Amino acid sequence: MESAGEPEAGGLDRRDFLRKSLPVPLTLLALLRAGEPEAEKKAEGDASKPPAYKASEHNYAMGIDTSRCIGCGRCAEACKAENDVPREPFYFRTWIERYVVQTNGETVVSSPNGGIAGFPPVNETGIVRTFFVPKLCNQCANPPCVQVCPVGATFTTQDGVVLVDQEYCIGCRYCIQACPYGARFLHPVTHTAEKCTFCYHRLIKGLVPACVEVCPTQARIFGELKARSSPLTRFMRLHEIQVLKPHLNTEPRVYYANLDGEVR
Amino acid sequence: MRQQISRLSIVFGVLLLALVLARHFLIPKSFGKIGHYRAAAVDAIAARKIKYAGHQACASCHEEIVKLHDDRRHRNVACEVCHGPAAAHVEAPTEIRLPAPKQRGYCPLCHGYDPSRPTGFPQIDPVSHNPLKPCITCHNPHAPETPHTPEECSACHGEIARTKAVSHHALLPCTGCHETQKQHKITPQLSRPSKPASRAFCGQCHGVDASSPKEIPRVDLATHGERYVCWQCHYPHFPELK
Repeated sequence: MESAGEPEAGGLDRRDFLRKSLPVPLTLLALLRAGEPEAEKKAEGDASKPPAYKASEHNYAMGIDTSRCIGCGRCAEACKAENDVPREPFYFRTWIERYVVQTNGETVVSSPNGGIAGFPPVNETGIVRTFFVPKLCNQCANPPCVQVCPVGATFTTQDGVVLVDQEYCIGCRYCIQACPYGARFLHPVTHTAEKCTFCYHRLIKGLVPACVEVCPTQARIFGELKARSSPLTRFMRLHEIQVLKPHLNTEPRVYYANLDGEVR
Repeated sequence: MRQQISRLSIVFGVLLLALVLARHFLIPKSFGKIGHYRAAAVDAIAARKIKYAGHQACASCHEEIVKLHDDRRHRNVACEVCHGPAAAHVEAPTEIRLPAPKQRGYCPLCHGYDPSRPTGFPQIDPVSHNPLKPCITCHNPHAPETPHTPEECSACHGEIARTKAVSHHALLPCTGCHETQKQHKITPQLSRPSKPASRAFCGQCHGVDASSPKEIPRVDLATHGERYVCWQCHYPHFPELK
């Protein structure tokens, strides 16, 4: 600091230099920012979100009663139609698995085309028990997929839904690897990660997800987690609730009732 | 020395400027507004169009059929389960018509027999159940009749019936041990058949002083099995061999 105060012949001292040069980037930034608020307002106006919807006031979750699932596959079909999921039999946002627990101790899990076209007949000899389990993104409160995303393209919204930003995703597939439930896939056309959104575009309009809408046996229940009374709170009060892979501490928001111990 | 400092300051200034500019152009405008993500992405996802209109939408035009449907057993099966996504039809009712699955293959998606389905769910074997006839010739999908409950217990309790059929208890009727109310066939969950509540019940055949055929295994109820009811250790539908 010994030369800080000394005036310099024919030039600036350091203090003056800093004083004069600091505003340059700041004004530049201010100038660049000046055009922004309008653009933001425009973007907000474009969205078909009704102004009444406040994400922070909601906390969504799904309940699945496996003892009610008949494996008709209407949920997987509706999901593909609602969300334009590629029809190839390996892209699913939700799908149904059939568990066949055999007397030899083996458990066979199958999901031909996600259950959309039904399940082939099983040989009934040598079976201890068999049942269907609907699966989807568990919308974890502690999501491993969000943790690993290197660019912040996948995130949890204020209403508790894990979404993917299609424009920001770089298609690195880290999240697909990280998801312990196999709920993500890479879209073959956009080459970005895709997953269940709880039909977010339906939620903000006050509708339930398409799979819940079409489930003919009400095996899927949707609602507010913290509501005093909702179909979901009733479901959670009257059933013993389990989640998938609780040991991973992902805190899923998809709650299962009557879940068999064989389900993974 | 001073020259170096001023040069360094310029370098730092340029770097700072580069950083500010890079941040401005590389980070999307709405990033970080709510959290560590682009807030505009939520709006973009929210702005997607719905395809399934929801069951409330149908009633405004198809009042009668919705009323009929809501009274019967398919009341919880939404219209769009069978008729497909209807949002486009709601917007342009005359131009876009919805399909009605009339072919035989559709109903068995739910009602075809599958052992994985929950016990008691109405199921048929599509191969033997009125072959080749479309389901809707007999059944009205909007107002299905309550299925006639079969007389045999095996219709619902097939697994138990098949097990019992190959056991030593094959000839015992189900109702011999289970008292079954008529209501059980209407609301199976609400009126449950009984199970033998006392050891003396099994003792009618298996007790030492029972008047049953001699080849039936006997136990002394006074000393055998402590405080348990027989079926708490033995499985009466498939009793173990002696």
